[in-house]
Amino acid sequence: MSNLQIMSLSPLIFYLLAALLVLAALMVVFQRNVVHSAMALVAALFLTAILFFTLHAPMVGVLQVLVYAGAIMVLFLFVIMFLNPSALEERRTVWWGCGAVAAMLLAAALIAVTSAGNALENFMIAGEPFGSPEMLAQSLFTDFVLPFEIASVLLLVAIVGAVVLAKREG
Amino acid sequence: MMVDLAIVAAKAFLVLFMVLNLAGVLGWIERKGSALIQDRIGANRASIFGFAGMGLVNTLIADPIKFLTKEDFVPPQGDRFLHTLAPCMALFPALVTFAVIPFGDVLILGDRVVNLQVANLNIGILYIFAMASLGVYGIVIGAWASNNKFSLLGGVRGSAQMISYEIAMGLSVIGILMVYGTLELQEIARGQGALIGDHLAESLWFLKPLVGWLPAWGVFLQPLAFLLFFVAAVAETKRVPFDLPEGESELVAGYHVEYSGGKFLMFFAGEFAEIVTAAALMTTLFFGGWQIPYLMRDGFYFPWGGTWLLAPLAVTLLQVGAFTLKVLFFCWLQILLRWSVPRFRYDQVMRLGWKMLLPLAFLNVMVTAIVIIALQ
Repeated sequence: MSNLQIMSLSPLIFYLLAALLVLAALMVVFQRNVVHSAMALVAALFLTAILFFTLHAPMVGVLQVLVYAGAIMVLFLFVIMFLNPSALEERRTVWWGCGAVAAMLLAAALIAVTSAGNALENFMIAGEPFGSPEMLAQSLFTDFVLPFEIASVLLLVAIVGAVVLAKREG
Repeated sequence: MMVDLAIVAAKAFLVLFMVLNLAGVLGWIERKGSALIQDRIGANRASIFGFAGMGLVNTLIADPIKFLTKEDFVPPQGDRFLHTLAPCMALFPALVTFAVIPFGDVLILGDRVVNLQVANLNIGILYIFAMASLGVYGIVIGAWASNNKFSLLGGVRGSAQMISYEIAMGLSVIGILMVYGTLELQEIARGQGALIGDHLAESLWFLKPLVGWLPAWGVFLQPLAFLLFFVAAVAETKRVPFDLPEGESELVAGYHVEYSGGKFLMFFAGEFAEIVTAAALMTTLFFGGWQIPYLMRDGFYFPWGGTWLLAPLAVTLLQVGAFTLKVLFFCWLQILLRWSVPRFRYDQVMRLGWKMLLPLAFLNVMVTAIVIIALQ
């Protein structure tokens, strides 16, 4: 298949992925069973990863699967299975109202950004090395080394804090 | 265009065909092997028209027929949809990881150079870890959807164990990435074609006659990493001594206690496919992949002098054969391990993972970094 054919297919793939992604995201919210919600979230994260792949950012896509779908969601499920919330919580209208308002604000912001005119026109087509591990490492360890180290220290503090809290209980 | 597509499709088909069939053969090897170790005769009942001599072929046919014709039982209080989805989620990662494993260097067909690897991703090894990290869902969801306390306990054990050993496995590979300087598995395999003598600095001339003739395989450059990776990979396949999620003597059959028929077959095949994938990874990362020592693209070049030139096709066939033999060896090693050692206790599994493998993996990364900088 030539590059041209692939390019003409890409909007189709994008809309298919986007539709599935929105469906999965809606299922996260509307499923009443917690485990079903969690699995829908896994599906949504996985589809986002595929979206990254189609945008020529395989590194980000793989990290998305590795970290979010493969590790964090497993811990979510671990906790859900331990707590076993078989009794469904009753719907709380106040929270639904707050959620709806927040969603509408977000939608308004997104529409404002995308319809601002030149936001979508001044794009650059990424070259071949974009998104490669080498390039990511290059920018992480040269231009953004301070934020990178600060983030790792933050994670370390969180781990130590969690260990201290867990020890105190025992 | 069409030829390229056909080649990719043929490679994907060939790899899936080999992995799935090898998984079936391993099922038979496990039975016969365990019988050999325990001084029994083993699977000899499957005979067609009284012809039992072809035990392997007959068992290969009889097993799936038996599984597929059994009742597919779903617990009435269970979750039917997730109960069906779970075996698929267990089998899927084991099969797709094989896409980035190189099973040969290049095959030259006329003016075409075919890379003997289904997909050449520049993130190679990360893709494998990402897919492997999804393997835990099959267990956890299958365990939960069965609505059975035994299977739930198995699922909880499995998720804790797999997350713990994933970290040790990932860290043990960092050393390999540092030595060969790439994430691409094909490049790692190519890097192992050199000799250690080529890597040695001038100041270390006295080591040259000692180790210079060895191929620069991962196991020689990173022996500790191989041990860590091996243990972690066995733990990831959830087999003895790490079969806590299954634990027959305590949990009946653990996470798949409520599975029967075709769905159980998928869990079963998934486990063997995982063995094959783990064996292929050990081969590719630590034992030269498709490399045969001293075999270059056009023949053997021995360090003690002498060459033996070969046709490109013969070289390719030798490489694919070497890869297959190495993978079979590691499959056999894992099966031998299962029937040789007892099961760990749960706290021992956690202690081994977090307090021994993880610090050792960190140590390996530090030492590797120091050595690389010192040699520069």
